[in-house]
Amino acid sequence: MLRGIGLTKHFPASAGFALGGAHRWVKALDGVSVQVAEGETLGIVGESGSGKTTLAKVFLLLERPTAGSLLFDGKDVQTFGRADFARYRRSVQAVFQDPYSSLNPRMRVEQIVAEPLGPGNGVSRASVRERVADVLHLVGLRRDSAALYPHEFSGGQRQRIAIARALVTYPKFIILDEPVSALDVSIRAQILNLLKHLQEKLGLAYIMISHDLAAARYLATRLAVMYCGKLVETGDCEAVYSEPLHPYTEALLSAALPLHPSAQRKRIVLTGEVPNPTNPPAGCRFHPRCPKAMPHCQSQEPEWREVRPGRFTACHL
Amino acid sequence: MPSSPLLVVEDLKTYFFTRRGITKAVDGVSFTLDAGETLALVGESGSGKSVTCLSLVRLVPEPAGRIVGGRVLLEGQDLLQKSLAEMRRVRGKQIAMVLQDPMTSLNPALTIGTQVGEVVRLHQGLRGTGLRERVLEALRRLRISAADTRLGQYPHQFSGGMRQRVSSAIALSCAPRLLIADEPTTSLDVTIQAQYLELLKEVQASAGVAVILVTHDFGIVAANADRVAVMYAGKIVEMGSTLQVFDSPSHPYTRALMRCLPDVGLRREQLVEIGGQPPDLAQLPPGCPFAPRCPERQPICEQAYPPAVTVESGHVASCWVAASAAVGRG
Amino acid sequence: MRARSRDLPWFPGAVLAALVLAAVFAPLLAPQSPTAGDITAKLIPPIWMEGGSSEHPLGTDRFGRDVLSRIIYGSRISLLVSLIAIGVAGTFGTLLGLISGYRGGFTDVFLMRVTDIALSLPIILIAVVMVAVSEPTFQNVVLVIALLLWPRFARQIRGETLAVKEQDFVALAVVAGRSSVWIISRHIFPNVVPTLLVVSTLQVGYVILLEGTLSFLGVGVPPPSPAWGLMIADGRGFLATAWWISLFPGLAMLLTVLAVNLMGDWLRDHLDPKLRQLGGRAVVLASADGVPVGHGVQEAPAQGAVASD
Repeated sequence: MLRGIGLTKHFPASAGFALGGAHRWVKALDGVSVQVAEGETLGIVGESGSGKTTLAKVFLLLERPTAGSLLFDGKDVQTFGRADFARYRRSVQAVFQDPYSSLNPRMRVEQIVAEPLGPGNGVSRASVRERVADVLHLVGLRRDSAALYPHEFSGGQRQRIAIARALVTYPKFIILDEPVSALDVSIRAQILNLLKHLQEKLGLAYIMISHDLAAARYLATRLAVMYCGKLVETGDCEAVYSEPLHPYTEALLSAALPLHPSAQRKRIVLTGEVPNPTNPPAGCRFHPRCPKAMPHCQSQEPEWREVRPGRFTACHL
Repeated sequence: MPSSPLLVVEDLKTYFFTRRGITKAVDGVSFTLDAGETLALVGESGSGKSVTCLSLVRLVPEPAGRIVGGRVLLEGQDLLQKSLAEMRRVRGKQIAMVLQDPMTSLNPALTIGTQVGEVVRLHQGLRGTGLRERVLEALRRLRISAADTRLGQYPHQFSGGMRQRVSSAIALSCAPRLLIADEPTTSLDVTIQAQYLELLKEVQASAGVAVILVTHDFGIVAANADRVAVMYAGKIVEMGSTLQVFDSPSHPYTRALMRCLPDVGLRREQLVEIGGQPPDLAQLPPGCPFAPRCPERQPICEQAYPPAVTVESGHVASCWVAASAAVGRG
Repeated sequence: MRARSRDLPWFPGAVLAALVLAAVFAPLLAPQSPTAGDITAKLIPPIWMEGGSSEHPLGTDRFGRDVLSRIIYGSRISLLVSLIAIGVAGTFGTLLGLISGYRGGFTDVFLMRVTDIALSLPIILIAVVMVAVSEPTFQNVVLVIALLLWPRFARQIRGETLAVKEQDFVALAVVAGRSSVWIISRHIFPNVVPTLLVVSTLQVGYVILLEGTLSFLGVGVPPPSPAWGLMIADGRGFLATAWWISLFPGLAMLLTVLAVNLMGDWLRDHLDPKLRQLGGRAVVLASADGVPVGHGVQEAPAQGAVASD
């Protein structure tokens, strides 16, 4: 069970080494609490500036939160010792968006895939090689691909290699950051199906970050919608899609276009720009663009409440 | 009331001559476009949709690329026969383009006012206050607020969506008859994309501009296009009105694409994959280029390229399977 | 690198090959000794001039030493100084650049300030001071040159490190639990090597010129070494009368530096595009280069691969 409570991450807005400390902060994440249990898929959707990528980095321990805590099986990451970190790394892996930048062009596939197996594991070279071959087979590549270099593979195949690497330690959680956005449309289905199949076969849990609401709907069991560093709505995936509770979720869903001319949702077109996390609007961060904004939305931040069983949102409505 | 179409493309062929061989990026593409209509060109990378657009305005990168055949008739005149000077007058004035990446479409060193003004001055010969008025008008039409302040600003001060609107303002500033939009929203956020597409529809309706919309996103096609042409390996494999193609996709590729896309409107149980890889345009097999991956292929598919079959009025597909189905219908 | 034959750097390659051969086989190639001069045979002009002789094809200097032989042996000095100075400076500068670029933050700022200071050192002054403090020796020359060279390496490599660091595979290596040392040595360094190669090659020309200058000024390799710079200095007083003493070593230097720079340019042109493809998708109108391997895609979990309406 992976759980983030009140995760907050502020970046100093001026780059470089400022002797007086930064005065402006990019509030990439502000008090985000999400959790994933084994076997489920949490879809995190949002647009640029929503903080979803930062959230992924916090979960991957690539960024340390300014505030809030990350719990793994109940234990706070800040109290981790060396062995705990090692265990975390083996249990939580990642697949990123760009299949071309995810693989070191100067390493063979075998070395790339075996990387998370780390040194000092006491594992022999032969068994490493076997594990790599097994995992390559799992993702639908030939076992002898291990001897080749990344440039001999297409985009979709490279993403399979990246997935193989994420699987090699038999993790419990995989963070997928836009796993199919950079792939050709006809290849996306292959990879999405693969991910689904692997989840069923290996009992994996996914945190899937996406701006593609259609892909998220296919894989996710639960959904979390983010806007400008904050969580705006969470709940069961189907429930959110069929009955969005927050005006932003509504607008987001209406902007995502279904695949038939007559199946168009009611179009809600937002005015204004995606907000700047350095200077988020006061009160409810969505109020400048919200078609249902009320006077007190710009002064008071709405509370995070359970509006229906299992469904949370923060809105004055 | 039938009127002659704005654009008629006949058997357009654009090949690239490289060390590895001849890449047939566009191989016999034909379509028509009426004034004010929106035609979507759908396909994946390598399908030839972008090269088709470049061919229409004769901006195919030379010397490797060359238009080797066909005609492009804009209001009756063959663009491929025009001189370079004449083409320069056509570009911007009669045909305008909006490209995918708003970051690189605009010159970071020039103000917005200069960039929009450049086009207006070139094609309409305006100067001074007349020029300024036109520029402001162009910006306002794309709902760019506080246009007069914006004139003096630089591209980096704009967000991605705004930049795309500025690019579009430049494109539309001289009231072209045809706008080619090559993946205009691919790099934009979803809600900004919605904004932009709405705006485009409005502007198109009021200005009577025909649009060729290039995209790989069927959702955009469903929402914005009147007609759609599906491309694969440099050819149009299916074409018809949006409703026709979505209701009865008649080419196995179109059908396969629709089955493999996740739909935001409903939860799919299974995405049906298209096996194999996109084709190598320098080494196309004989017959139908989709045959190696086609779940419905017949022996004849690998021997000869299928004819265009009329499935219903205004809806054609190039497929042997569709051909036999049509015969079956009598 | 799939280079066609007309793309290959024939001219610089030939010159550099000649240089290396001259350096290695100097005792076999040089007609005379480079240091022992016959004072009675001084100031003999080159062979094609009146008074020239076939024993000294390029003439002799004021000590009667054969110019050609000295040039051939001088190539050793140029080569050795370049290799050692670049080796030392390159290693140190690369290490610094890698650490600075990867660690970032205060380490980066501090190291870069040090680099800035090093870049502002006046070379001639340093060399002169060194000579004043100790004897001019081969080692000192190499040291001084290395001292001036390492900041260039540090800067370049730091820049490349920053670029490579942005690649996803670096972040994924962290996620895989690997240490910084492992990441720098297995991920960053191998991808920085092409730049290193280009920078090193382009520095050779600079080093040779530097060594020549220092020797010319008398603060470099000490006489009677046949360093080209020294030879030019020797001939200074005879430019009108025995111009061959300075000219030929000067030409040798020019040719070598030119060849090295051309080679460096060629390397940069042929290595850099690959470098830029590191993370960016190479835009290809046809799809993959050749047939992608991994036909096992057909082995993929077969649910849904067979379509049926």
